[in-house]
Amino acid sequence: MAEVTMTVNGKSVTKSVKGNTLMTDFLREELRLTGTHVGCDTSQCGACVIHVNGQAVKSCTMFAAEADGAEVATIEGQANADGSLSVIQAAFQEHHGLQCGFCTPGMVMSAAALLKENPKPTEAEVRDYLEGNICRCTGYHNIVKAIMAASGQDVSSIAAE
Amino acid sequence: MPKDQGIGASTKRREDVRFLTGAGNYTDDINVHGQAYVHFLRSDVAHGTINGINTSAAEGMPGVVRIFTGADFEGVGGLPCGWQVTDKNGEPMQEPAHPVLAQGKVRHVGDPIAAVVADSLEEARNAAEAIELDITELDPVVDMKAAVAGGAKVHDDLSSNLCYDWQFGSETEAVEKAFAEAAHVTTLELVNQRMVANPMEPRVAVGDYSRANDESTLYTTSQNPHVIRLLMGAFVLGIPEHKLRVVAPDVGGGFGTKIFHYAEEAFCTFAAKACNRAVKWTASRSEAFMSDAHGRDHVTTIKLALDKDNNFTAVHTDTYANMGAYLSTFAPSVPTWLHGTLMAGNYKTPNVQVNVKAVFTTTVPVDAYRGAGRPEATFQLERVIDKAARELGLDPIALRRQNFVTQFPYATPVAVEYDTGDYHATMDKMEELIDVKGFAARRAESEKRGKLRGLGINCFIEACGIAPSNLVGQLGARAGLYDAATVRVNATGSISVMVGAHSHGQGHETAFPQVVAEMLGIDENMIDIVHGDSSKIPFGMGTYGSRSIAVCGSAMVRATEKIINKAKKIASHLLEASEADIELKDGQFSVAGTDKSVAWGDVTLAAYVPHNYPLEDIEPGLEETAFYDPANFTYPAGAYACEVEVDPDTGAVDLVAFVSADDFGNVINPMIVEGQVHGGIAQGIGQALLENCAYDENGQLLSASYMDYAMPRADDLPNMANYRVDHSCQTPCTHNPLGVKGCGEAGAIGSPPTVINAIVDALQSGGHKVDHIDMPATPQRVWEAMNG
Repeated sequence: MAEVTMTVNGKSVTKSVKGNTLMTDFLREELRLTGTHVGCDTSQCGACVIHVNGQAVKSCTMFAAEADGAEVATIEGQANADGSLSVIQAAFQEHHGLQCGFCTPGMVMSAAALLKENPKPTEAEVRDYLEGNICRCTGYHNIVKAIMAASGQDVSSIAAE
Repeated sequence: MPKDQGIGASTKRREDVRFLTGAGNYTDDINVHGQAYVHFLRSDVAHGTINGINTSAAEGMPGVVRIFTGADFEGVGGLPCGWQVTDKNGEPMQEPAHPVLAQGKVRHVGDPIAAVVADSLEEARNAAEAIELDITELDPVVDMKAAVAGGAKVHDDLSSNLCYDWQFGSETEAVEKAFAEAAHVTTLELVNQRMVANPMEPRVAVGDYSRANDESTLYTTSQNPHVIRLLMGAFVLGIPEHKLRVVAPDVGGGFGTKIFHYAEEAFCTFAAKACNRAVKWTASRSEAFMSDAHGRDHVTTIKLALDKDNNFTAVHTDTYANMGAYLSTFAPSVPTWLHGTLMAGNYKTPNVQVNVKAVFTTTVPVDAYRGAGRPEATFQLERVIDKAARELGLDPIALRRQNFVTQFPYATPVAVEYDTGDYHATMDKMEELIDVKGFAARRAESEKRGKLRGLGINCFIEACGIAPSNLVGQLGARAGLYDAATVRVNATGSISVMVGAHSHGQGHETAFPQVVAEMLGIDENMIDIVHGDSSKIPFGMGTYGSRSIAVCGSAMVRATEKIINKAKKIASHLLEASEADIELKDGQFSVAGTDKSVAWGDVTLAAYVPHNYPLEDIEPGLEETAFYDPANFTYPAGAYACEVEVDPDTGAVDLVAFVSADDFGNVINPMIVEGQVHGGIAQGIGQALLENCAYDENGQLLSASYMDYAMPRADDLPNMANYRVDHSCQTPCTHNPLGVKGCGEAGAIGSPPTVINAIVDALQSGGHKVDHIDMPATPQRVWEAMNG
């Protein structure tokens, strides 16, 4: 067991963890932040994406101990300070970018990372960036649309049906 | 102006807020105080005799609570099958036992042999590695045709590997005559490959037991908690319903594979009582691949007969359908009643005969996956029609149109009666959306870039709103297939609607209140849906087969009508008027022709504070339940088209455009309906181009992770500008109160043949004499088809 300290969604956290504790398990079981999901065991589905020091990371592929001293952001910390949905979250709702909701936290976290590095992505860039996030419900159409809308681009004329 | 609430409004989904903020409550988010964890030791061989299981070393490992094997379940029932098919000789299907943990033999890779319950998952896994297995490998049974030709038997107590040999539809003599007299016969052999549903949330089960009142609770990732309670309680564990609660909280997608009752559910419920401690199981993705029921896996020869005027005169099919190693809950119904009954398609073919041999193999059980039988039927029929058009030099659209059913109701030769439809209307819409007229120019432009461009079109019909109980009972269903809703109006006028349907992505929490709000004329936000907990909801059958709004929604309408009737009685008393004169509009009860009225809230309050109330006539309170058993299936139908560009050098297929024109009857929430179609089409495109659940000749599962099983990614689908889904053609269902048909499966049914038809069209345009390509049409397969 080793002691780790990190900032999670703006709050400092110190816990004892085993060396082999995965970051997903640390978030879900130790901190009870269950918005971060596990959808596969080969680091491909992206339901577990969080931000570590501002970078999108698949938390299923990182040990909690590796996050010692880091700034961590999860889906639970994405809403505005007043509790209202962030621009990206609101765009997902507005454009029906989620159905069962299981991949959604990872999608939102990936979208946030994308828009940080590329504030006005093209459709092709959005689709390419989502290579590491699998959704089985939506067919991605409305996710792509939501992310482009969240970037401030007008999607109203794009095949709305 | 689009409506802003009620039926027809694209109301934004209320459930989104919790999912977008990480506040969803999925089964794996549930921990019960003091719970233990189970790890299943699963077979790594396809077929073998279990000579011994030595758990003694494992039992001494740290944290181990108890280790279970098949012997612990000898006094317990096996997993039941919910549908008994009768074969063509009038004999019941062969129905093998399906133990919770393997007994005597293992029959597929992933078959659970032992279960280790321990204080932590890590300890359970470590102990499982210390279990010594003595298994003698037996010959695997993988190929279906070989399986029924002799060789090793999957179940030693059955006469063979044939589950049933089923025949359905027109008489053999009439079909043979039609083929003998045909001007042209087109024959096609094809494979509808094995698929894995892959909801993003793996299955989870948490069993809990209360010694205080002898009650068991199962939290599970299910599409139908009451069905699980019934099957597990009555047939496996012998727990009466009132002592068993099944909760399916937020569920991360289902697509059919979370309908069925699984061994892990029964195990966790059983073990919680045996250990007097909650027991939790969470599937890894690899475990999901080898334990979730798979889908499809049919091998078919289809023949189409046409007369000299190109009218379809007969369809004949011979299908081998893989059941896998055991019969999953609804497996026998999929290749039969959900497949054979749709083999007439959108066409007035007078003779249709369907033959299906269902076969046991040493593979994961196969059951319903989005569309369930109907994608298989559509793929065969629409591929053979396309091939016939090509052989005869006919326009595939014109050939289909010529043979469309146009008079309704229409009784098919395969037992069902289509109540309504307009197949020309959806075809017209599809032609407009894809711009058929502009295709030649687009093809020429692609050819300039060295690409082969193809246009694929496809029609489909499906039977949804499953199902009339008396009909499915005759067909072998061991359950009724009605649904139920309770509308509980509270004193201050807010409403809880308890429904048997289960939402795992479909947006019921938003769409169902739209209907009740429309009927009562009150704000949608006053109405909440309660689902997923057998202790809270009436006995409904859950969500699958695009049935939620058509069946459970109808029950909700009936219950709301009862509410309105009673509320009018109360209002007439309050208004001192005749009940017949009371009108309900915009949440106000008024006396016709007067300005006298009382508000919704006045009436609901009176119902619960009956100080001024006709107690001699009616009871206090305002709560009504309705059960709704549909009179018929519903028949959504549509026409789909897509365009592909094939790279002749590599065989890579680029799906450049896709359009769908669906007829879903009336639509409650267009936004949600379109989302359902998007998702269905993506799964169909996945089947057509990417996905394949593969076994090798030893019965090893080769595709047991996302490294090996190609799930569609965002860049596998057409760009937004070239992707349109339309549901403006609406012929309302004639037999349910909302006129709705269901939309959940259409995309997955309509899209695979569309894509393959387009690829064949592209290859033909390049001079390649390719009649068919089996799915998934990978670059390798396409390249090989082009290069002989």
